[in-house]
Amino acid sequence: MLAFILILISLTAVALWAAMTRSLLRSAICLAMMSSLLTMIMFMLRSPLAAVFELSVCAGLIPVLFISTISLTHPLTREEVLQHMKDRIRRFWYLPFIVVVVGVALNMISVVPRLALPLPEIEKDARTVLWNDRPIELLGQIMILLAGVFSVVILFKESGKDDR
Amino acid sequence: MLSLLIVVPFLSVIIFNLPFFNRGRGFIFWWSLLLFGAQAVLSFFLTIPSYATSFQLPGSMFKFGLMLDGLSILMLLCIGIVASLTLVVAASVHKDQRRKFNFINLLLFAVSGMNAVVLVADIFSLYVFIEITAVASYVLISFEKDLRAMSATFKYIVLSIVASVFMLLSIAILLLITGSTHFMAIHQALPRSEHTFLAMLAVGLFISGLSVKAGLVPFHAWLPDVYSHSSAAVSLFLAGIVSKILGVYALIRVVSFVFMPDASVDMVILSIGLLSIFIAALAALAQSDLKRMLAYSSISQVGYIMLGLGCATPLGMAAAAFHFFNHTIFKSLLFVNAAALELETGTTDMHRMGGLSKTMPVTGFTSVLASLSAAGVPPLAGFWSKLLIVIALWQTGHFAIAFAAILASVLTLSYLLAMQRMVFFGKLRQDLAHTHEAGFGLVLASIVLAFIVVAAGLFFPFILDVFILPVRFFVGG
Repeated sequence: MLAFILILISLTAVALWAAMTRSLLRSAICLAMMSSLLTMIMFMLRSPLAAVFELSVCAGLIPVLFISTISLTHPLTREEVLQHMKDRIRRFWYLPFIVVVVGVALNMISVVPRLALPLPEIEKDARTVLWNDRPIELLGQIMILLAGVFSVVILFKESGKDDR
Repeated sequence: MLSLLIVVPFLSVIIFNLPFFNRGRGFIFWWSLLLFGAQAVLSFFLTIPSYATSFQLPGSMFKFGLMLDGLSILMLLCIGIVASLTLVVAASVHKDQRRKFNFINLLLFAVSGMNAVVLVADIFSLYVFIEITAVASYVLISFEKDLRAMSATFKYIVLSIVASVFMLLSIAILLLITGSTHFMAIHQALPRSEHTFLAMLAVGLFISGLSVKAGLVPFHAWLPDVYSHSSAAVSLFLAGIVSKILGVYALIRVVSFVFMPDASVDMVILSIGLLSIFIAALAALAQSDLKRMLAYSSISQVGYIMLGLGCATPLGMAAAAFHFFNHTIFKSLLFVNAAALELETGTTDMHRMGGLSKTMPVTGFTSVLASLSAAGVPPLAGFWSKLLIVIALWQTGHFAIAFAAILASVLTLSYLLAMQRMVFFGKLRQDLAHTHEAGFGLVLASIVLAFIVVAAGLFFPFILDVFILPVRFFVGG
């Protein structure tokens, strides 16, 4: 239980760091760290398949995509970054309060339904689920990855060519 | 067979981007036009064999469980028409070959995603393909790399992510309380579920998420910016079909086909519809930017579709689907006209236009037709769909809402006629004397769409029998 709480606190801290850091590169690294911590939580909650996907896609592939994209952009100057941070704080100062209020409200309502996935769904082999039951999502995953890569090429690589 | 509608556009992107296929890239325009045109034509011949049609590649790979019904066929037709015309308009607007090639690739991604959205029979698959189409749309909006377009894209992405979180949470709850994500299984299991609060929460979250995607009031903040700041072909594509499929179609599908019929849900949908009609129409009256005005008009017209949906009767559903089709056509036409005007005058500010029907007669004439159809003037198509919506409201006892819907048509007519007067009528401004029709592609798109607007009105009985009435079957008509 203690390990679980520690991981949750670390996850929140890393998420905050990802949102508040000045460097986009550090944000991407924080995202990877956050996903790794989430993988541990998923594993502890007995969802190894979800954990594997989180680790491979969210902690691995997506940060790589982000970092390659960031490498194609022009970094802001220190003054611009500071100005952006100030603007962000001025515009969104109320967000942490909303999060706290919503959290407290949800805790007070304490909706804890006793729900569990139906047994046949849990007992199914992951290979059966992916290849036999839900192949259209596999196609969807391939499509979304290619669309993402294509988008990066169009918006950043082509932009670089135009600049030259 | 149905899977080809998803797989072929996607495979086309891969094949045209293969390294050894450089020489073939010049054909991407004609190939895509053939694909989209064939989709529009084939939808006339598609029959409704069953609710679950599956297609299997050799070796048991990629066996897709897809669904085809009257509503899907109508959507496939709309996607085919708007995608073909977007392609023609894009070819007129983008002269640079590399940009045109990239644009068509994104269009193919989006069409593949939208075809999947209308054919899948599973709520999680629906979510996955909504996201794929959305990704292609984000890039299309920021395609010109203009700062305002980038800012609009950012707003769209942020709101879309909120919508996606709502939808994912809803899907998770539905899976837990019904044990499945299949449309039919959820539909059968929801009424028997003992978790009434959670079921309502899931329904509410999903409807809210899709309302963001549809740009309905009060979730519409992103839509005017996106439509007005994106390029001509993109605003046509987004306003004509993308936001309709991702938001409106998905709403119709899940509300009427997946979730259980519920009076409170219907009342929420009617309220959202009525709010959208009036608030957006009043906002449209106050606009001086043509594309922004059309964006608000779009929200207002989607409100009418919601009224049909909120009736929860076979007639209401058929009316909603028919107004969906009409709105797709006349709003696409108005955006094609806006694109032509923007290209010729270099602005979308209506105060800087005037008397343009003298130099752009086809644009002016087709724009009047589209405006009259949008306002519900007989015998154009918009009249029939609004009439069906009003009758459906009357039959279900929503007399006040029916009266309000008729009243709102006057508002629609007033802002669209004001637009006509400012842009096309009166004395031609001296600085616009050089203007002329904006190229073959845009004129062709205007004529085709105007023809459909008139034909759908004049041949209303045929359209009603072939496309509209089959739509009601899925609600037990």
